[in-house]
Amino acid sequence: MTKTQEIVQGVLAGNPRSVARAITYIENNTADAPKIIADIYPHTGKAHIIGITGAGGAGKSTLIEKIIREYRRRRKTVGIIAVDPTSPFTGGAFLGDRIRMQELTTEEGVFIRSMASRNYLGGIAKATKDAVKVLDASGKDIVLVETVGAGQSEVEIIKVAHTIVVVHAPGLGDEIQAIKAGITEIADVFVVNKGDRESADKTITDIQVILQMDNKEKAWKPQVLKTVALTGEGVPELVDKLEEHRRFLEGDEKHRMASVRTRAETELADAIKEKTTNKIVEELKKEGKFEELLQKILRKEIDPSSAADKLLQEKLGK
Amino acid sequence: MLDEKSLKTLEQEQRRWEQTTLQNWLKLSPERKKEFQNHSGIPIKRLYTPEDAEALDYMRDMGFPGEYPFLRGVHATMYRGRLWTMRLFAGFGTAADTNQRFKYLLNEGESGLSTAFDYPTIMGYDSDHQMARGEVGICGVAISSLRDMEVLFDGIPLDKVTTSMTINGPAPMLLAMYVAVGDKQGVSRDKLGGTTQNDNLKEFFAQKLCIFPPKPSVKLTTDIIEYCARHLPKWNPVSISGYHIREAGANAVQELAFTLYDGISYVESTLQRGLKVDDFAHRLSFFFASHNDFFEEIAKFRAARRLWARIMKERFHAKNPRSMWMRMHIQTSGCTLTAQQPLNNIIRTTTQALAAVLGGTQSLHTNSFDEALCLPSEEAVTVALRTQQILANESGVVNTADPLGGSYYIEALTNEMERKAMDYIQKVDEMGGAIVAIEKGFFQKEIADSAYKYQKETDEKKRTIVGVNDYTTKEEKCPIELSRIDPKVEQQQVDNLQKLKRERNNKKTKETLEKLHYTAQKDENLMPTIIEAIKSYATIGEITEVLRQVYGEYKELIVI
Amino acid sequence: MQNMRKIRVLIAKPGLDSHDRGAKVVARALRDAGMEVIYTGLRQTPEQIAETALQEDVDVIGLSILSGAHKTLFPRIMELLRQKDLTDIMVFAGGIIPKEDASQLKKLGIKEIFGPGTPTETIIRYVFDNVPERT
Repeated sequence: MTKTQEIVQGVLAGNPRSVARAITYIENNTADAPKIIADIYPHTGKAHIIGITGAGGAGKSTLIEKIIREYRRRRKTVGIIAVDPTSPFTGGAFLGDRIRMQELTTEEGVFIRSMASRNYLGGIAKATKDAVKVLDASGKDIVLVETVGAGQSEVEIIKVAHTIVVVHAPGLGDEIQAIKAGITEIADVFVVNKGDRESADKTITDIQVILQMDNKEKAWKPQVLKTVALTGEGVPELVDKLEEHRRFLEGDEKHRMASVRTRAETELADAIKEKTTNKIVEELKKEGKFEELLQKILRKEIDPSSAADKLLQEKLGK
Repeated sequence: MLDEKSLKTLEQEQRRWEQTTLQNWLKLSPERKKEFQNHSGIPIKRLYTPEDAEALDYMRDMGFPGEYPFLRGVHATMYRGRLWTMRLFAGFGTAADTNQRFKYLLNEGESGLSTAFDYPTIMGYDSDHQMARGEVGICGVAISSLRDMEVLFDGIPLDKVTTSMTINGPAPMLLAMYVAVGDKQGVSRDKLGGTTQNDNLKEFFAQKLCIFPPKPSVKLTTDIIEYCARHLPKWNPVSISGYHIREAGANAVQELAFTLYDGISYVESTLQRGLKVDDFAHRLSFFFASHNDFFEEIAKFRAARRLWARIMKERFHAKNPRSMWMRMHIQTSGCTLTAQQPLNNIIRTTTQALAAVLGGTQSLHTNSFDEALCLPSEEAVTVALRTQQILANESGVVNTADPLGGSYYIEALTNEMERKAMDYIQKVDEMGGAIVAIEKGFFQKEIADSAYKYQKETDEKKRTIVGVNDYTTKEEKCPIELSRIDPKVEQQQVDNLQKLKRERNNKKTKETLEKLHYTAQKDENLMPTIIEAIKSYATIGEITEVLRQVYGEYKELIVI
Repeated sequence: MQNMRKIRVLIAKPGLDSHDRGAKVVARALRDAGMEVIYTGLRQTPEQIAETALQEDVDVIGLSILSGAHKTLFPRIMELLRQKDLTDIMVFAGGIIPKEDASQLKKLGIKEIFGPGTPTETIIRYVFDNVPERT
């Protein structure tokens, strides 16, 4: 058996070491990575993938720990991917989300992996969606993805998750920002954490008002729940709601197929875009044409956009 | 404090000096660095003159020792009347081992006891708990029950000594044990003297020994303050600490500001109980580090006294002068001591101790030279004690109060530190107080940034550490004998605990624990119930577990 | 696309020791040197450390301890790493660890001990020079 086959077999058997290794190969985009993804792909599609996003200070990590415990109580296995930002200056990252869940590290049925964004924008890492596939294929019932936590611009999660949870804390003032950024449109469940604060109920009302203003006809009406992550209050109800959404997705064949199709379509288009671009640029560089036009740009004889048009015309011959 | 005309003359003359004598000298020999700064980043001038102390009003800003604003000392005669307490932090192995070290130190001339507990005790685990494996007695004494405490103070009359206990989360339990031992010895409770550190706020951002979340932790601290105000008049219920804040990496201004803020928080929490400030404030005590920059540290201690006095008077409207005085214990800085060339540490500890004395401390611990290597050997701790005794008896610095008072440099620096500390205090006030600041990670970020800066400066050799990044020698092996803990200690403790649990009245113990569980859910002072439980030989682990069930456990917010 | 390997380091504080200044300074320095650093906070059990190393598939583990409990905790950690087939991870340690214990610890598989006063640059260089090759 080759090393790749060993890892794939291990992933499908739920072996944590293989899962960990597979994720690393994918993150590092090694030569083995495409084969691993190809081999596990047919075994994906069983897990319920939940994205958890929200600004820092909302208590996402603490809430996630309680959510995991609640799922474990219901005898579900859980994989978690926690994303933290890579420093644009140093290229390094401090991955500290795990600490809130650390007690669950040795719990059977739980697998926690920290990922650095590696400068990918949108709240997750480029490798996150494939890492999710690995956890899915390894047999996890639930896969939680905790986004970086910048809040507003974290819309990449829709490419990955079935259910999106947005966590607010009262008084953070992020509700208005979130609406501006459009994150409200993608959320399936809103959670107001730190629900024991005085302003919690007002925050819930504020969000409900905003949701009502959205008069698009929606099959799933997002609701606002209250939790106190520190004590676990409201978490069973939250998990009930997540399960409800999962059943909704499974039950509504049309809706489910639409969202599965959209995700697959996006993924395919993105993959084509990336591979095409890389291939063309690589070839142009090899042929020296890239450098030729670059010199012209530096001499201000041509602007970059026109240069690109020129190169593509030659390459694609139209 | 010069008149207008003299100041003008001084200014003119100083300019002349700068343009002539100084310039000539700089041409011959430039200064060693572009900038001179102290640890807090405050620039240090090449010369301080009366101009720097110009705004000082002697009566308003300096006053007399023993009077507001207490800048020059809390006692009128300072060390002419009474030397500081020589109180060496000690503890290791079993209670019997530490009892022996206590007696040794008292015999050699220390004037007060100070107890170091092992990690399991500090975190509320008994010596036989799974989390205690490998940790029993190795950096402090193992105390799991009243029986251990009785052994710890065997032959030590509690009406003749004062004892400081460095304990925070389980402070109520250790204080209860001390009271119980005193009761057994027949010492009346109003004679018991000592201190429980009991400063839970700083645990969240400095010492990190937090068991429960912030709100219940402050509640427990306040329980002890309230209980002592009513029942233990000679006991210092808290030692509001800056030492750990400094050791965690804060600079001197941050140490000063964050410590005083914790003090403000405890005054507020105790006032909320209905006590008047003059009922309890006189027994609040403080604990600072004495770090390397000699004059900065002296200025810090003085600034602390004056700033606290002002806060007590203006913010809390204290009437009794004793409510405004800040009594402090100082420990020389552990993190400045090196593993390389350990004998050098004797010199570091000496200058740091001298700063503490010139800063007017009431109590002092000097570190042993093997600090960076192991627990203090008998030889090393003796040198540490002798350091204090030599300063007290041979150096003459004790013969007058606040000998550096009036130094242009010291007064300017004292003012600057007080000002900068006030800025921080205002900032935290605006944030909403200490607990909010902790939840936001404010203190933690300030400290982490200072710690990182210090390391970078050392790495880049902007700061010299003799024997470490300069003046190094190749040491093949450790140049001194290291003290070690007997590995049998853990088994001994485990056996003792099993024996205790067989011999005590388990029914009674269980009842007291149930009562505690019930009381902890109400808003009552837990001290009486804890004393009951301790006296029925409930262990620290058992009591902490009850409290964990009621209050929950704290999960750290990490800021690097 | 080029290989995007980043060095992943687990900085761990085993046992009850609560002195985390050094661990945090080292974590930050390694991050600033371009590594991905996982720090799991205080009071980690050997089981938590080994399992975290496995799940995070780290290249390096840095153990920080100042309480003297390394004599009990380090052997347990190294044994667990062996049981989980994680012996290819490079393990170094720091804190208060007497020189005379160093040879014993190295026999357990701990590659290097960085005592008090070690410049962060030394640790960074060591990790870059000694991080295991990935096949």
